[in-house]
Amino acid sequence: MTTVTMAKALNEGLRKALDDDPKVIIMGEDVGKLGGVFRITDGLQKDFGEARVFDTPLAESGIIGTAVGLAIRGYRPVCEIQFDGFVFPGFDQIVNQVAKMHNRSTGKIRMPITIRIPFGGGIGAVEHHSESPEAYFAHTAGLKVVSCSNPSDAYWMIQQSIRSDDPVVFFEPKRRYWAKGELSDEPYPLHKARVVRPGREATVVAYGPLVATALEAADADGHDLEVIDLRSISPLDTATVIESVERTGRLVVVHEAAVSHGVGAELAARVQERAFYSLEAPVLRVGGFDTPYPASRLEEEWLPTVDRILDAVDRTLEY
Amino acid sequence: MQAVPPEPDMVQLLTPEGVRVEHPDYPLEITDDEIQSLYRDLVLVRRVDTEAIALQRQGELGLWASLLGQEGAQVGAGRALRPHDMAFPTYREHGVAWCRDVDPLVLLGLFRGTNLGGWDPADNNFNLYTIVIGAQTLHAAGYAMGIVRDGAVGTGDPDRDTAVLAFFGDGASSQGDVNESFVWAAAENLPIVYSCQNNQWAISAPVTTQSRVPIYHRAGGFGFPGVRIDGNDVLASLAVTRKALDQARAGLGPTLIEAYTYRMNPHTTSDDPTRYRLAAETETWKLKDPIARVRAYLTRHAHVGQDFFDAIDEESEQLAEHVRAGCRALPDPDPLSVFEHVHVELTDELREQRDAFAAYLDSFEEVPA
Repeated sequence: MTTVTMAKALNEGLRKALDDDPKVIIMGEDVGKLGGVFRITDGLQKDFGEARVFDTPLAESGIIGTAVGLAIRGYRPVCEIQFDGFVFPGFDQIVNQVAKMHNRSTGKIRMPITIRIPFGGGIGAVEHHSESPEAYFAHTAGLKVVSCSNPSDAYWMIQQSIRSDDPVVFFEPKRRYWAKGELSDEPYPLHKARVVRPGREATVVAYGPLVATALEAADADGHDLEVIDLRSISPLDTATVIESVERTGRLVVVHEAAVSHGVGAELAARVQERAFYSLEAPVLRVGGFDTPYPASRLEEEWLPTVDRILDAVDRTLEY
Repeated sequence: MQAVPPEPDMVQLLTPEGVRVEHPDYPLEITDDEIQSLYRDLVLVRRVDTEAIALQRQGELGLWASLLGQEGAQVGAGRALRPHDMAFPTYREHGVAWCRDVDPLVLLGLFRGTNLGGWDPADNNFNLYTIVIGAQTLHAAGYAMGIVRDGAVGTGDPDRDTAVLAFFGDGASSQGDVNESFVWAAAENLPIVYSCQNNQWAISAPVTTQSRVPIYHRAGGFGFPGVRIDGNDVLASLAVTRKALDQARAGLGPTLIEAYTYRMNPHTTSDDPTRYRLAAETETWKLKDPIARVRAYLTRHAHVGQDFFDAIDEESEQLAEHVRAGCRALPDPDPLSVFEHVHVELTDELREQRDAFAAYLDSFEEVPA
């Protein structure tokens, strides 16, 4: 077993994907010589050449739109969007073209495109560099949306996403890029949630950057909490969550994105539809407020913390 | 409001009166037989358009986007393509589809509402119609990037070297995607030719709403050549597109061709142009009809006899019947088919939705007719 940072794990995963399939190409702003602003593509252009790992003009719609054309020509593009808040100029191409081309062509064209987006806050950044736009993409038919929370998943999930014949929006928790972990020898199914800490009293579901926070909360609490890493936001592995809630009777969903109309809302709806009589308390959500992401001096208060998670756990246990 | 008047620097090889003229930069060696063949394309493409409008009036199509007036620009461009070149149309390039041997019935599905396109672009190297304005120009640039990576440009092997022909309209010239596509094409010297079908009107907005300069002038700012052609002249369209595609295949980079033409019909069958343009303008353009000038040339200068025109009319009747009968026979889709192609494989959550919807549909009792 090797211990690496998530950044290195992603880099190794991309390297493996480039090695495995000559049609895989990596494209985006500053991904070449610089290796990306987070160095996720460090050294890949040097080893695989400028035809396969290349800097694009600075235009996100162009990055995604040309990836669509490359896919039609038989390539398997991996696009890097530099920061979460910069994906929106490419939103039209993602939602109207990447997501719909397979359906429009009655299955004759595939869009094996992976769109990597460093997301979430906690790094003291300026505006547009700390956002969590995953719900927009999860709301769009035709896209798959995943997020890794640890180096091992990062290594395997990026390869699985690139191998997927469906388009995948791949959210990387940027504040965990430097967290270290061991790489497992085997991948876990891409769209399956994982119970990362078994417990009996309440279920806490998180993904991406907040899995570590949820685990910390579970360790800090006197209660026996079960923590689930959702991993896949669309499709959503409802079964794993339901199975847990049927045992614990209580559910708290945690994400950085604003709670309204978010992943937590969807999960709460599904759980009450399918496990109504197992619930001992209403499903609670802990997330960002319905405000723009704040100036960085406020982000520690704004983001869900161990204490905010435990506050919600207390409320569900006291119900 | 008036559309801007034509510029004197348009490339024209056949005048509206049917007189062949030469252009120093675009010599065109073409036989009268080949011009007869182009005439056939023009007439048949217009007939498909006419039938589609009629089918819409009869309720057989939900909508149709007419190409009337643009046949010359489209057929000339379409016939300049080689089989292995790739075309990226908007939703109005029925004339290009014809030149790519796409059965007109294949186009009708999305206008009838039986599918969203549904054809395989690889079958005829003709991409699906794209309805979001200008989005396809980026797909075209990406496809051209693939051609470069496949080493299929500038080899000198005519069977290998490949180019892309991307269509868009005057309205699309304002879109970010079109301008980003120009940036990519220039920066990466891509084998791509842009055919701007400037039909003067983006629904109700004249081209002056989009641009202060002639659209072909824009190319210069991006660093590649732009040329304006008489879009109602099939020979100019053929010669200029052919030369631009040759240059693209040879690795000499992109060209923007502005086909200066006119949308004789409403934007679509749902539009009412009497609210925004004068009938007098349309009347002026009637005098520049792309088919009449070819017929005049063939009659007066090539001495083609009536038999030829009668044979084309007969073929046109047969095509019309094929379109009418074929359209009515297009099967309505199964409601459950909406789930089928969302992903390569049905996900568990979509399977649940499909099964629940199927059970709901089955819950209705059969009512005898």
